[in-house]
Amino acid sequence: MQRYSGFGLVKHALSHHENWERQWRNPTPKKAYDVIIVGGGGHGLATAYYLAKEFGVTNVAVIEKGWLGGGNTARNTTIVRSNYLWDESAALYEHAMKLWEGLSQDINYNVMFSQRGVLNVGHTLQDMRDIQRRVNANRLNGIDGEVLDAKGVQELVPIMDCSKNARYPVMGASWQPRAGVARHDAVAWGYARAADALGVDLLQNTEVTGFKIRDGQVYGVHTNRGDIEAKTVGCVTAGNSGVMAKMAGIKLPLESHPLQALVSEPIKPVLDTVVMSNHVHGYISQSDKGDLVIGAGIDGYNGYGQRGSYPTVEHTLQAIVEMFPIFSRVRMNRQWGGIVDTCPDACPILSKTKVKGLYFNCGWGTGGFKATPGSGHVFAASLAKGEMHPIAKPFSIDRFNTGALIDEHGAAGVAH
Amino acid sequence: MFYIFCPYCGEHREEEEFHPKGQAHISRPADPEATSDEEWGDYLFFRDNPRGVHHELWVHAVGCRKFFNITRHTVSYEILEVYKMGEQPSITAEHYAAQQGAASADKERNASQAKHQEGVRA
Ligand SMILES: Cc1cc2nc3c(=O)[nH]c(=O)nc-3n(C[C@H](O)[C@H](O)[C@H](O)COP(=O)(O)OP(=O)(O)OC[C@H]3O[C@@H](n4cnc5c(N)ncnc54)[C@H](O)[C@@H]3O)c2cc1C
Ligand SMILES: [Zn+2]
Repeated sequence: MQRYSGFGLVKHALSHHENWERQWRNPTPKKAYDVIIVGGGGHGLATAYYLAKEFGVTNVAVIEKGWLGGGNTARNTTIVRSNYLWDESAALYEHAMKLWEGLSQDINYNVMFSQRGVLNVGHTLQDMRDIQRRVNANRLNGIDGEVLDAKGVQELVPIMDCSKNARYPVMGASWQPRAGVARHDAVAWGYARAADALGVDLLQNTEVTGFKIRDGQVYGVHTNRGDIEAKTVGCVTAGNSGVMAKMAGIKLPLESHPLQALVSEPIKPVLDTVVMSNHVHGYISQSDKGDLVIGAGIDGYNGYGQRGSYPTVEHTLQAIVEMFPIFSRVRMNRQWGGIVDTCPDACPILSKTKVKGLYFNCGWGTGGFKATPGSGHVFAASLAKGEMHPIAKPFSIDRFNTGALIDEHGAAGVAH
Repeated sequence: MFYIFCPYCGEHREEEEFHPKGQAHISRPADPEATSDEEWGDYLFFRDNPRGVHHELWVHAVGCRKFFNITRHTVSYEILEVYKMGEQPSITAEHYAAQQGAASADKERNASQAKHQEGVRA
């Protein structure tokens, strides 16, 4: 792998940047691997990378039906935070946060992780009580957080309408300074390049169409490019996970919904943090290019069409303009949708299944980008050892039959 | 934007008057005492999540407030039928696949005929 550095940049400038090495190979599928990862999104690629780097499992294929990161990984609003309420989820997201903090160095790829802080705004007394409870829980778990009043919010975000005249007046917010945003494409590409360098085969335009299962043990997958064998298969397919599970004869408690986002035309820097509001239901940040990145809610019905509905766009922009009257005339440039796999308790599934050797990592729903490094890391550990990593253990599929749910609707239901 | 026919109001109304309520035809376990944890979990949390034909419950929330069912395609989003509570769907995944199969067979036949005719012309 050609290392990226400031020196490299200067060196390549001399040849007009025409001699950069390809970031990863385009290998032909082998007959068999030790581990197959289905799904080349951030989570799948991170899993492959940590398998190779931390656990010495390098005979790995990532099988992606489209292009790397073309699923929700490159469709999300890139908010990264770890201020979840319950111990189990706090552990998982904070594990990811710690990895984010060293990620660009670790994979020698600038993922533009920017710890510009995230505000979760409260507009009612109950919002504020929930915020206080959550921030206290966060601190007990060693996660940074503060409760701000309206004045504190106004100081951080001068352009926000924090007056009493607002239709839903801002009463305060939770503030996680270590939270922020990262560049989603770079996360997929960075993990891909680093995994490839360690020998992982990235097979693009290859669709898994079925699982090869004998006596309750998986031993490979069917694809449109022929069968590929492996006794350990990790399925990391986000919105398509229900369909994949059905191929293996497994049930998952997931529903796939469209979730959309939009970006505005680029404008001068006006917003240097991330603002999210569950109550008016919108969230916003400004990218380094200057465009406002705005997230919407899911469409309430099941759907696999990667587009969102117009009423949802309208509601979202109402919420944004309610909080930021200054944006009322900004024009929107692009709008798109991704298919999110929502889980009844708003927590992911990292689990073994009744098919031996077949694991699922899914159910991240509207908020899994922030977990990408942590999810990949604990999932890789689980695949390598055949035993779920302690942080992943509470997220088993069994919890929907035992009743040990991890209800994160407060921290995750609307906010991403 | 959906334009949905409410079978109770008897007219088409805009999507925003309605709320989707998830999978239709889920019945509560008849004998709760005899229901295992597994069955309760399945009843509460596990849903069909098909890429294709889906039967779902909707409510005309700001209209007549009645519940009814829709059969809808989850990729094209096409509403295939609307039917009242207590009724059964007439379009199912199998039925739909058969119909599509027939349609594409038709298309193929037409296409091969077209090719054939083209051949004649040449
Ligand atoms: C609009 C929007 C905004 C969001 N905002 C945020 C946010 O601000 N913060 C946050 O933390 N999260 C956010 N999320 C959620 C986040 O994007 C996802 O949880 C996360 O990216 C999931 O990553 P993944 O790698 O599991 O899935 P994906 O990136 O979707 O990857 C799954 C891959 O599997 C592939 N695949 C599926 N079926 C097959 C098959 N049969 N064979 C081969 N390959 C297959 C797909 O092509 C896809 O590339 C948002 C999501 C959306 C849609
Ligand atoms: Zn009606």
